[in-house]
Amino acid sequence: MSTLIAILVVGVIATLFGALLGFASVQFKVIGDPLAEQLDALLPQTQCGQCGYPGCKPYAEAVANGEAINKCAPGGEDTIKKIADLMGVEVQPLDGNHETDNSPKVAFIIEEDCIGCTKCIQACPVDAIIGTTKQMHTIIADECTGCDLCVAPCPVDCIEMIPVATTTQNWQWDLNSIPVTQID
Amino acid sequence: MESVIERIQRGNFWQFHGGIHPPEQKFLTCTKPIASAQIPEQLIIPIRQHIGQAGDLIVKVGDKVLKGQELSASDTPMSLPIHAPTSGTITAIKSMAIPHPSGLSETCVILTPDGEDTWKQRHICPDFQLLSKAKILEKIANAGISGMGGAGFPTQVKVSTLAKIDYLIINAAECEPYITADDLLIQEHSPTILDGIKIVDHLLNPKNILIGIEDNKTKAIDALKKATADIDHIQVCVIPTKYPSGGEKQLIQILTGQEVPSGVLPSSLGIVMQNVATCFAIADAVINDTPLIKRVVTVSGQALEKPQNVWALIGTPVGFLTSQCGYNNSKNRHLIMGGPMMGFSLPHDQIPVIKSTNCILAPSEIEIASPFSSTSSKEVECIRCGQCADVCPAQLLPQELQWSAKAKDQPQLSKLNLFDCIECGACAYVCPSQIPLVHYYRVAKAEIRQQKLLDIKAEKAKVRFEARKQRLEREKIARAEKHKKAAEARKARMNAGTTAAKSEKSAVADALARVKAKKAQASINANTTDSSTESTAENAMAKNTAENTAEAVTQVDQIDESKSQVANAIARAKAKKLAQKNQAQIDSLDTLQDNESTSSLTSSQAAPVVIDKKAKIAAAIAKAKAKKRQAEPVSNSANTQADHIQASVIEANNVEATTEILKPEVHAKETAIDEKAHQAKDITSSGKINNSAEASENKQQSKPQPASQNDTLNLDRKAKIAAAVAKAKAKKLAEKSQQGSDATSSTIESNQASELTSQANIAANTVANKKARVAAAIAKAKAKKLAASSDKSSTSE
Repeated sequence: MSTLIAILVVGVIATLFGALLGFASVQFKVIGDPLAEQLDALLPQTQCGQCGYPGCKPYAEAVANGEAINKCAPGGEDTIKKIADLMGVEVQPLDGNHETDNSPKVAFIIEEDCIGCTKCIQACPVDAIIGTTKQMHTIIADECTGCDLCVAPCPVDCIEMIPVATTTQNWQWDLNSIPVTQID
Repeated sequence: MESVIERIQRGNFWQFHGGIHPPEQKFLTCTKPIASAQIPEQLIIPIRQHIGQAGDLIVKVGDKVLKGQELSASDTPMSLPIHAPTSGTITAIKSMAIPHPSGLSETCVILTPDGEDTWKQRHICPDFQLLSKAKILEKIANAGISGMGGAGFPTQVKVSTLAKIDYLIINAAECEPYITADDLLIQEHSPTILDGIKIVDHLLNPKNILIGIEDNKTKAIDALKKATADIDHIQVCVIPTKYPSGGEKQLIQILTGQEVPSGVLPSSLGIVMQNVATCFAIADAVINDTPLIKRVVTVSGQALEKPQNVWALIGTPVGFLTSQCGYNNSKNRHLIMGGPMMGFSLPHDQIPVIKSTNCILAPSEIEIASPFSSTSSKEVECIRCGQCADVCPAQLLPQELQWSAKAKDQPQLSKLNLFDCIECGACAYVCPSQIPLVHYYRVAKAEIRQQKLLDIKAEKAKVRFEARKQRLEREKIARAEKHKKAAEARKARMNAGTTAAKSEKSAVADALARVKAKKAQASINANTTDSSTESTAENAMAKNTAENTAEAVTQVDQIDESKSQVANAIARAKAKKLAQKNQAQIDSLDTLQDNESTSSLTSSQAAPVVIDKKAKIAAAIAKAKAKKRQAEPVSNSANTQADHIQASVIEANNVEATTEILKPEVHAKETAIDEKAHQAKDITSSGKINNSAEASENKQQSKPQPASQNDTLNLDRKAKIAAAVAKAKAKKLAEKSQQGSDATSSTIESNQASELTSQANIAANTVANKKARVAAAIAKAKAKKLAASSDKSSTSE
């Protein structure tokens, strides 16, 4: 008798929790891949396509599905390290096919050379180029991610990638040049 | 529980955690009066000297300015104007090194004083009570006053707070060793400082005013007590000397016992703090209408002969001040701006004094070793003694912070409240391992700030990228929709049963039939031998006759052919007109016209599109023009001969023709005879071609073939002819280059020859007429270029 009660009680509890879990799985269903979202947040969002994917999000999705983690050139070692931490895998060196120079750059249109072909506008992944047919184009420097994608389509080679100048606003302390002062 | 004021009146203050007692060294300067301002040869005035944005410059190079005149205008509260510290001329506006630990450059106004020190018009207002609060605030903002204790926060923003203020704290603690600027200012100008305090009092209306001053400034304390004796709600609070009691949060804690929470402004606690020097500047601005153009700077250090406090004009180079104070250390110059604890080393002595510069330190090597010298201390491993945590006034864990900073562990640094570090340097001061802890924190802080900026930028880029993707998607859908609608409309129109609809229908049917016919042509691909050359006119005629006689071709094809014929006719007419025009100007022979027209005809045939034809006609015009020029140096007969050849050759020979034009211009006289001989040869060969062409024409007219076959034949043949003629020309050129008298001409020719052979190869290899067309286009472009260059050379001649 007591065994029967025990089985009954356990059975009822199991049914209850089963129903609860079933309800939760429907009610709190997560739409989308949370891992891809997290990975996307780690990527630099330059949308440069150097990884071979048309943007950062597609690459994040690919990494979530097993793509190599070392293809983000603008992110460099730091991003690889972060992705490795998140994925729980070994840190790999940056893919050798990519440029190792990931210093911040911004595109610049030599405006007197621009013929107004709009090819760069179509190439820009973040719509950071203003201009229209047969009108001079220019780049919104604040919005430019320095992805380099507008350089190749330009028929007159009037786009340059300029390194972002160091100002007092974005200057980084350099330990080697900092004076160590001690008085006594 | 007793109130704050009662405690203060009993002299019983709170304490902040930690703190240190570094050797003061204030005796070097505190007994000497403030030296009067001297005008250097040049003033370097950075346009941004505070926290916030720079104002807009309103002067230009060459302007004469008066003392106190505004050099920049501000429109937002966070941007402050700068003023001319003395009268003189603006000699430059350029990027110069500014007082910043990085030694980077920013825009500066360079003012060369005229030595007269002429003031601008001032409106002195002895009683500030008569002014409205808004007017006083405006005056403070226009005077460009920012916090003079070190941080440089715009004062106007601070004193216009709407929060209810309980305590106005005047910071006279001056806890950094060496610095005595505020001390001396109080000793000499306590009435003006009191005026400034009263103005701020008037603006903020606080319950109590506390003046915090360390007990090592006895003379200043006396002066303040004397000045404030008859004012009830001002308390002079003499606090024990301890570094860093002059820090804002620390002084608030000492005086009121309240701790300012992380990331909160003191005004939210009902507290506003002002530096004494700022109070002095406020009084000067409101009462004397004097903008912030000079300040007291302590020039101290054992490397100086006479360290003292000086009234320095904003923009005075540091080197000027130190030389005034007897600095003669020519090598190993080590100058520190700010105090020894929180200051930074200067890269050179042409850095200007700015609004927040309170001290210039020129220490001897024993006092403070230069970071660049061998005697500077070397960092060793942390021994985990924990002294840094004991002295930290912000109650942080410097040792932990240091490790996280070295590991660049940003989340951990944030958890350890790195941003509450006031960078006072107490931890580094006590560190037995001589670890420059503060510098690690500064690096880490800068990195975190940078990372935050990057994160914001990345987020923005992401949003824009997504928006773009959506836009493209929308456009795609809209386009598909539009096409669908247009198709439906067309269908509806066609089914309407009107005559227009019928014609439209038949046009569509025609197009379909044409496509089919083309396909059929490709599959048939005739295996006929290439019998002879053809010209366009013949081609068209052959087709015409073929269509009339043979029934193999559909009605559609007929329409097509007639259309192309019309196009050809138009092109021909145009070319003729042009040729006639040219001919009217020169007295060359009829042959020219004929040849012109044939050449233009061949060209018009080579490409089916009318636009292409136009381009070709343009090329022909260019050719004709070039010929005109050629006609001058060369004799008449030679000219006609040349024309013969040039005009009779097809497309690819345009290059050749123009080289021939070029050549006589350069070496007209030397090669004239030589050329004649060659041209004679050319004529014979081209004559042959012409003859054979005519023969073929006759043949075809008498024996018309089915048009479908004929068409593909034509294409094949054309390519082959192009190849053959090009080859022939190349050979001729090679011969010429062998015989050529001039070295340069021969090289040009050989180049041309190689080009032509390559063209010939291309032409020979391509069965598809597309490639041939491309080659023809290239050749055409080259010919144009050459013609243009010959044009140029002739005009220059």
